[in-house]
Amino acid sequence: MLPTADLTEDLAERVRAAYAAGTPLAIVGGGTKAWLGRPLHGERLDVSGHRGIVSYEPTELTLTARAGTPLAEIEAALAERGQCLAFEPPHFLVKVAQRLSKLPSPASGRGDGGEGLATLGGTVACNLSGPARPYTGACRDFVLGVRLINGRGEVLRFGGEVMKNVAGYDLSRLMAGAQGTLGVLLEVSLKVLPRPPAELTLALELDAAAAVERFNAWAGQPLPITAACHVGERAYVRLSGAEAAVRAARQRLGGEVIEAGAAFWQSVRELEHGFFKAPGVLWRLSLPPAAPVDLKLRQFIDWGGAQRWVVSDAELWDLAAAAGGHATRYHKSRASDSPRSPPPQAGEGLGVREPFMAGTSASMSGGDLSAMNGYRGGRRDRVFQPLNPALLALHRRLKAAFDPKGILNPGRLYPEL
Amino acid sequence: MGGMNQTTPHPRRAELIQGLLAILPADSVLYEPEDLRPYECDGLSAYRALPMVVALPSSVEQVQAVMRLAYRLKVPVVARGAGTGLSGGALPRADGLLLSLARLKSILAIDPIARTARVQPGVRNLAISEAARPYGLYYAPDPSSQIACTIGGNVAENSGGVHCLKYGLTVHNVLKLEVVTVEGERLTLGSDALDAPGYDLLALMTGSEGLLAVVVEATVRLLPLPERAQVLLAAFDDVARAGAAVGAIIAAGIIPAGLEMMDNPAIRAAEAFVQAGYPVEAAAILLVELDGTNAEVSEQVMRVRELLLASGAREVRTARDEAERQLFWKGRKAAFPAVGRISPDYYCMDGTIPRRRLPEVLERIAQLSQAYGLAVANVFHAGDGNLHPLILYDANRPGELERTEELGQRILELCVEVGGTITGEHGVGVEKLAGMCAQFGAAELAQFHAVKAAFDPDGLLNPGKAVPTLHRCAEFGAMHVHGGNPRFPELPRF
Ligand SMILES: Cc1cc2nc3c(=O)[nH]c(=O)nc-3n(C[C@H](O)[C@H](O)[C@@H](O)COP(=O)(O)OP(=O)(O)OC[C@H]3O[C@@H](n4cnc5c(N)ncnc54)[C@H](O)[C@@H]3O)c2cc1C
Ligand SMILES: Cc1cc2nc3c(=O)[nH]c(=O)nc-3n(C[C@H](O)[C@H](O)[C@H](O)COP(=O)(O)OP(=O)(O)OC[C@H]3O[C@@H](n4cnc5c(N)ncnc54)[C@H](O)[C@@H]3O)c2cc1C
Repeated sequence: MLPTADLTEDLAERVRAAYAAGTPLAIVGGGTKAWLGRPLHGERLDVSGHRGIVSYEPTELTLTARAGTPLAEIEAALAERGQCLAFEPPHFLVKVAQRLSKLPSPASGRGDGGEGLATLGGTVACNLSGPARPYTGACRDFVLGVRLINGRGEVLRFGGEVMKNVAGYDLSRLMAGAQGTLGVLLEVSLKVLPRPPAELTLALELDAAAAVERFNAWAGQPLPITAACHVGERAYVRLSGAEAAVRAARQRLGGEVIEAGAAFWQSVRELEHGFFKAPGVLWRLSLPPAAPVDLKLRQFIDWGGAQRWVVSDAELWDLAAAAGGHATRYHKSRASDSPRSPPPQAGEGLGVREPFMAGTSASMSGGDLSAMNGYRGGRRDRVFQPLNPALLALHRRLKAAFDPKGILNPGRLYPEL
Repeated sequence: MGGMNQTTPHPRRAELIQGLLAILPADSVLYEPEDLRPYECDGLSAYRALPMVVALPSSVEQVQAVMRLAYRLKVPVVARGAGTGLSGGALPRADGLLLSLARLKSILAIDPIARTARVQPGVRNLAISEAARPYGLYYAPDPSSQIACTIGGNVAENSGGVHCLKYGLTVHNVLKLEVVTVEGERLTLGSDALDAPGYDLLALMTGSEGLLAVVVEATVRLLPLPERAQVLLAAFDDVARAGAAVGAIIAAGIIPAGLEMMDNPAIRAAEAFVQAGYPVEAAAILLVELDGTNAEVSEQVMRVRELLLASGAREVRTARDEAERQLFWKGRKAAFPAVGRISPDYYCMDGTIPRRRLPEVLERIAQLSQAYGLAVANVFHAGDGNLHPLILYDANRPGELERTEELGQRILELCVEVGGTITGEHGVGVEKLAGMCAQFGAAELAQFHAVKAAFDPDGLLNPGKAVPTLHRCAEFGAMHVHGGNPRFPELPRF
């Protein structure tokens, strides 16, 4: 376990100073090397030192931890009590994380040991969820409360450590996926769940269209399915729950049992499956689960049909929108391939790191970042599906409500925010 | 409680009525006092006020036109679904327009493949499950008021039900909303996929009590009906044991579909009302519903039975058949009206607490109940810590209403003190404004107001509800000490 520390006052003071001076801040959780020494437009605000599990009540199904707490540490604490984060957040740095979490004392690196570990704050800020998402819920569904610093440097608490709470607007869930543009997360309270007693993965020979049809039909029946994906010519289905339920469902669904099921889903969760190693630009399409399958695309279908990873050099924005969903561009340029490029300018995104290289420190060098940032260039440089003008205007007003001077991760989500 | 001091009608009343009559048919615009009467309160009937005008649009375009008109005239707008809210959220204003969504009541589409229902805001909660049933699907959040309350109201309150420990609240079961802004603009929040780009406005809208926008359509997630559901009823000689049993079940890795507790006064009232077969001598009962596949339920019923007995239950019964299961639930779902039968009036509280603090909280509620000379029956969504103390009173006895309200406020403060919240599912409305001052500090309240202003800069949507002004907090004298720090240190103390 890494040392715990409460840096609330320091962090709030930094934000207050930045507010006074109008200095943009770049919030960093995992503190991976990509961010180190990069003359980013924003002043680096490292949250990774603010860490530690504040409270964990297994029988209440709640856990509260500081935002810089490594995800791996949280998952280890939960596992000890037979519980888990049911939304299966990807670490993207899992190898590093696992290695470090096993070390008895602070690991080397930047000296405080937090380097390279996915943090709770970064995970919530990105609203990242793994294969179980359509069946158990997304990261945002498990957020019960947060403590945050808004763009004025005020420390605020919303939500709580209880399952049900409708006092005031739900500003804690709003933080999930806001990528730090509305506030610096200090603490997050999450709902946790017991780990299922039994788990089993089945593989069936099916083409993509047939698999999506099957996934949707199954989801409409009382089956203990907790993951369903398709790659190549095979569909993979995970059954979890009571022993008896898993057994009965296995009979019903047929197919062949995959022995290394856990490792398989791990590779899906972390985007480490062979599919993701192909050259080209990786797109995430979030679609209605039964959207027709375009068999021409090179795709990995996850989330029972609702999340489709596509490797394509074409722009997929319109395709996603036409199917009733949206696209995210996960860049796929390797660190080593990318020339070092100048730091982003004001109003540019801070970029999104390259996923496939995750686990090696090489991937965290500057190249990925610059490849991802900069939205000025129009469609080619977009990361997230554009918002229509009315929605964008509302987003800007909301951003201003939290961060009137626009100092928190400016441009991270959209150039206008 | 008592009537709210309302301002006089809006100076532009005539213009408003005229404008509405140009948008809506004459039978959809009400302004005569006798027509306004049915709208004077919601489920919190201690607060009443006649609206200035009621509009009953029957299409989204009409809602937009009405909103544009009200916006131009700067007339406050209060949205209303079925009016079952328990916090005065739909309480009208004498200077405002009451916008009823009751006529927007079509189920627009059920998609059995994608497992969604697209419905208008005035559709009743239960009607969705009824329409989905032929496909083996249902809409999971099931407030006890589900035969009457609307999906628009559910979204506005983020309503829960007895099954939300396992299946979530409204916020977990809505995929997409069509809303009309205060300016009359139509926006889509969320999507038919599992997420949407940008901020999670779907979550923000859910539970916003009609202060941010008007919901004109909702796409909700449908779940497969479980193969089997079984309910166990356990009787306990003391509430602490019942509370411990809940913890034991969850610690064993079982998440029941429903996990409800009632204390003795609530048991007696419910039994007298619906003859559910409850043990009237018990200090507390637990209702534990397990659902899933046939084999799974059989396995879990055994486990839970053992856990309940090991936790000191003096009796554990399993519903013999579906009829008895329904009967066990009927007693619970009828608990509020049942208490209504034994007392001239009752006041329903809605705090949430960390479950482990239950024995202590019930003990202190009992002490407060004695001190105030008012009986309290407790109904508890035990799985998720949501406590509904029902204060029994008689509004006709001078001073009793005020004492009730004070006792209620003390109970809410107690919930906050033990790490909980003043409202788990009924919302703040006009009722818990003082509680908000106890739960939040000045900077947090200011942040709420800033969010409100991002949607509604003139404060025309449901003004005066949900989030108190700092001024109001000072008036309440809510200078409570919270977490060791006095609230509003910058304000003078009187
Ligand atoms: C489109 C997309 C692509 C991604 N691609 C990659 C990838 O290629 N490789 C990869 O490793 N991860 C990627 N991520 C996810 C994310 O960057 C981390 O992997 C995540 O797990 C959190 O890790 P971290 O703690 O290292 O956060 P960081 O990487 O440090 O931060 C992630 C984001 O969260 C914000 N943030 C962090 N902490 C806080 C806080 N306390 N309060 C507020 N905001 C905070 C940051 O400003 C940043 O916007 C991607 C996310 C998205 C949405
Ligand atoms: C006997 C009884 C039992 C109950 N049990 C439960 C329970 O188990 N769980 C629970 O959570 N609640 C319960 N409630 C409370 C109540 O039923 C819920 O809050 C319900 O969601 C209110 O729905 P409604 O349509 O009646 O809304 P209303 O009471 O009409 O309005 C409630 C709020 O929503 C706003 N609103 C309504 N429609 C819209 C719209 N279309 N757009 C924007 N804002 C809108 C109103 O302005 C108001 O602020 C119970 C109430 C009663 C009387």
